[in-house]
Amino acid sequence: MKKILVTLLFLLFGTVANADCNIKSGSINILANDFPALRTLVETAKECKGSADFKVTHSAEHNKIAVPALTANPSEFSVRVAANSSIVPLMNADLIRPMNDLVKKYGKGIQESQLITIDGKVMAVAFMANTQHLYVRTDVLEENGIAIPKTYEEVVAAAEKIRAAGKMKYPYAAAYKAGWNLAEEFVNMYIGHGGEFFKDGGAQPNINNAKGVATLNMLKKLADLSNPDYLTHDSEAIKVEWESGNVAIMTLWASRSGTLLDDEGDANITAATKLVAPATVGGGNIPAATLWWDGFTLAKNRSDADAEASFRAMAHAASSKEMVAKAADQAVWLVEGFVPGPKSVGVIEAVKMGAKPYPMLPQMGLMHGALGSEIVEFLQGNESAEQALKDVEAAYITKAKEQGFL
Amino acid sequence: MPNRSFFWFFFPAGLAMILFIGLPIISTGIQSFYAQHDQILIEVKKCDPFGCKTSVVVDQEATSKIKEEKPLGKFNGFGTYIDRNHLASDQVSEFWSESKSVGEFIGKVGNLPFYKALVFTLTYCVIVTPCVLLLGFIIALSLNAISRKIRGPLIFGTILPMIVTPLVGSLVLFWMIDAEGIIGANLQILMDDPYLSVKSSKALTWITIIIYGVWHHSPFAFVVFYAALQTVPQEPLEASIIDGASRFQRVKHIVLPHIYPVVTFVALISLMDNFRVFEPIIGFSAEGSAQSLSWLIYDNLVNEEVILFGSAAATSIMTIVGISIILTPVLLRTWKEFRTNR
Amino acid sequence: MDFGLDKKSNSLKTFNTIFIVIWLLLACFPFIWTFWGSFKVRADFFSRADWWYAITAFNTLIETGARFTKEAYSGAWFEGEFWKASRNTVIVTISVVSISLFLGTLGAYALSRSTKNYAFWILIIALIFRAMPHITLVSGYLFPFFQLQIWGILPTTIVVLVAINQPFTLWLLYSFFKTVPKELDESALIDGCSYFQAFRHIIMPVMWPGVITAGLFSLMLAYNDFTVTALLLNQENHTMVPKIQSYLGTNQHEGNLMWAVSAVVSATAPLFLLVMFFQRQVISGLTAGAIKG
Repeated sequence: MKKILVTLLFLLFGTVANADCNIKSGSINILANDFPALRTLVETAKECKGSADFKVTHSAEHNKIAVPALTANPSEFSVRVAANSSIVPLMNADLIRPMNDLVKKYGKGIQESQLITIDGKVMAVAFMANTQHLYVRTDVLEENGIAIPKTYEEVVAAAEKIRAAGKMKYPYAAAYKAGWNLAEEFVNMYIGHGGEFFKDGGAQPNINNAKGVATLNMLKKLADLSNPDYLTHDSEAIKVEWESGNVAIMTLWASRSGTLLDDEGDANITAATKLVAPATVGGGNIPAATLWWDGFTLAKNRSDADAEASFRAMAHAASSKEMVAKAADQAVWLVEGFVPGPKSVGVIEAVKMGAKPYPMLPQMGLMHGALGSEIVEFLQGNESAEQALKDVEAAYITKAKEQGFL
Repeated sequence: MPNRSFFWFFFPAGLAMILFIGLPIISTGIQSFYAQHDQILIEVKKCDPFGCKTSVVVDQEATSKIKEEKPLGKFNGFGTYIDRNHLASDQVSEFWSESKSVGEFIGKVGNLPFYKALVFTLTYCVIVTPCVLLLGFIIALSLNAISRKIRGPLIFGTILPMIVTPLVGSLVLFWMIDAEGIIGANLQILMDDPYLSVKSSKALTWITIIIYGVWHHSPFAFVVFYAALQTVPQEPLEASIIDGASRFQRVKHIVLPHIYPVVTFVALISLMDNFRVFEPIIGFSAEGSAQSLSWLIYDNLVNEEVILFGSAAATSIMTIVGISIILTPVLLRTWKEFRTNR
Repeated sequence: MDFGLDKKSNSLKTFNTIFIVIWLLLACFPFIWTFWGSFKVRADFFSRADWWYAITAFNTLIETGARFTKEAYSGAWFEGEFWKASRNTVIVTISVVSISLFLGTLGAYALSRSTKNYAFWILIIALIFRAMPHITLVSGYLFPFFQLQIWGILPTTIVVLVAINQPFTLWLLYSFFKTVPKELDESALIDGCSYFQAFRHIIMPVMWPGVITAGLFSLMLAYNDFTVTALLLNQENHTMVPKIQSYLGTNQHEGNLMWAVSAVVSATAPLFLLVMFFQRQVISGLTAGAIKG
């Protein structure tokens, strides 16, 4: 009893007197993807680990490791840094804990908008945002008398004009690599058309319709204006295309703007590169883009003491004004005190235009997977749009049945 | 060798294999017969930094009850094996009845993921394996005839394709074959076609992957053959030279029979590895044009947020069966030898 | 030993030399290109504008003021902590090779000298075991390893790599043991040796080429493996290949490609020394064996 009292006193003392969290016990083990912004965040969390045991694994294979790791009891990791797609398998299998009480107790610096709540339960705390939006070469557009495109129809017209002027052979680029990337472009465009992936409140697919066909046709039009190797182009490849001056309009992640605006590479291209809002499509008013967040979750199969220590360390990072000031160019932070720079334009515009977040649905991953492989034949010209969408639905239904969703 | 000595000699290796390969295969086999239990969905309010929305989540209370009753999931028998993403028995029979010609039928079946992957896997396997054997053997013979002093660096050079991490090896090659890369650009000049792009055409992508396969695997055959050549006894060779046998006759009648067990080995392993082709598909970003059975497994396990273990298990088991079928002729031969040798 | 050719035949010698030169060019060119490019900046080596940039170092000159830069190496080794990964790789590789060879030679010797039917069936089962795709195996390991709390540490990965590689090692050594005449150990048995003594003193000395070959392949597997090491090791223990993967970046986030390139070049250099060393071993071991045989 005395021990508990002392600990409580310490906790109280720690939170009141010290901005650092002064954690006295527990162990923290973080699983996260591997890129600079997350490394910064974890380093910031480490600052206030106190006497808690602190470990971290940054891995590109985090998605694969997460479910088995958190299923084990006790779980290997106490914290899992996830995004709006990768939180889904954790929720499906009931592996993360609600943190309402912890937020109330230790989450002073965290803004209301950072909380991801499911049915009132705080399941994650977000700290950064991302989306795909347009990048344009202002010099090329001006030279050809084209205004900055606001819709994909304008993108197509602009690219056709640039090609006709003999300026560039393949003026448009987007990550159309078969698989996850291509499916992501479909998701964006379909949402831009106002489509819903599933029939109301269930897991029945709902993409084989006029909106789906329009989406595919738009993708095909854009693909025809891209380098013929587009089915092998990931974000890295199109970024290099851009730096080499082969492309005038591109759809790319906001988080990848870093090297396009720094002083490496051709200075003329860098100077003319402008980040603008994502485009709309088909007369819709929401952008053909999805918003993404990255946030942290706490493992369920871990002791309360570990969860508390982990939360306090992570909350410190997810509300650190110093961190977002120092690492302002690493990400679009959702943390209070973040001053958006030119690299954040795309995300901020997308939010203003009312872009939708990537659907956080239990069965969405299966749909994404089916899209990635089944619409390739359409783009290659071997299949009609209707047939491709029929194939997607068939592939999805098979997977969803195996997973017990249908 | 008596059973007792055999047991102690073999025990450590056997134990390692049973624990880390045997048991997982059995558990994979069992899993392939099960589907996940039903997931009950309910609608709730979800909020994130970009607003609130009502949509579905898995109802944990209801689902965990079902889960406790049947921890393995629903028994599905061969259901996963014959569904559309695998053998697709229903679709195939449907196509058979509605297709007017055999060509149309084959086209439709070839559009199903499993058969699409099977066609590429078999094509790759059938072309690459003999090329690897032949090329490896020729290189081994040639290098063996080179002065011993400079052989070391040459051997290293020869096995470079095998030892450079495929992860980056294929990344570098991928950039080299780009239309603007050193190989791609020179191919355009060579073929006199400024629009030639290796990556955009299906046929050229297949050819690239096959050439890469031969290039990457030949060093393996070379190393084994080269080491085996070192064990060829000298006396019969010298005798045959005195008898006036030609070079080709010597290779055929003395060298080949001596290293025969090793040739069988290389053939077995190459066939198997080629049947499991998948690294070059990832490395060359060729998912759009070429898919293999192993790639399907990878896709089920890695590419999706929701891991499809049952589906991957079924494809894995079918891969094992496929490899067993392909290896049967070689194995029958090994069996005969085994019988006669004892 | 030069049974492939007659020393006198000049035309064949020329043909042979030309063939070897062409093959070596094909085999080494991508690596030489990588080696050369590792001293350039990304905009040159991974250029979509013109591949000549990689040779003329157009951007390297602008960005660093010289035609060659060691930036990629210093970045990967220190900032990217590649030194830590290479230390782990050394531990994993040495352990995997020695354990695999130890288990493999014992097992394969037994298989090659047994006349029972079960020896054949064990070989077949080993082959079927090898047919299992690694990714499925490793996915299956994850949960039990987490539950037993042995995930992430080096010994687990070493044991898994040894086990996964065992069917291959067994088959390879089995075929080499088959080329060693049975009479050799039978005579030793008659002289009163035990099986183990015969194995140790009579068979092993003539088996060097086989053992070195098997060792080389185990080494390659442990050195280059991605599936097992990327999924079964925690960050502290990551070996070189998962480290290189982490330099490559992801869909949404940029990596550092030049680090990956310089890391690959650094990882290949020690293999050169190893191959040179063992190549001599194969030959000397053989001569020794030939005298005894």
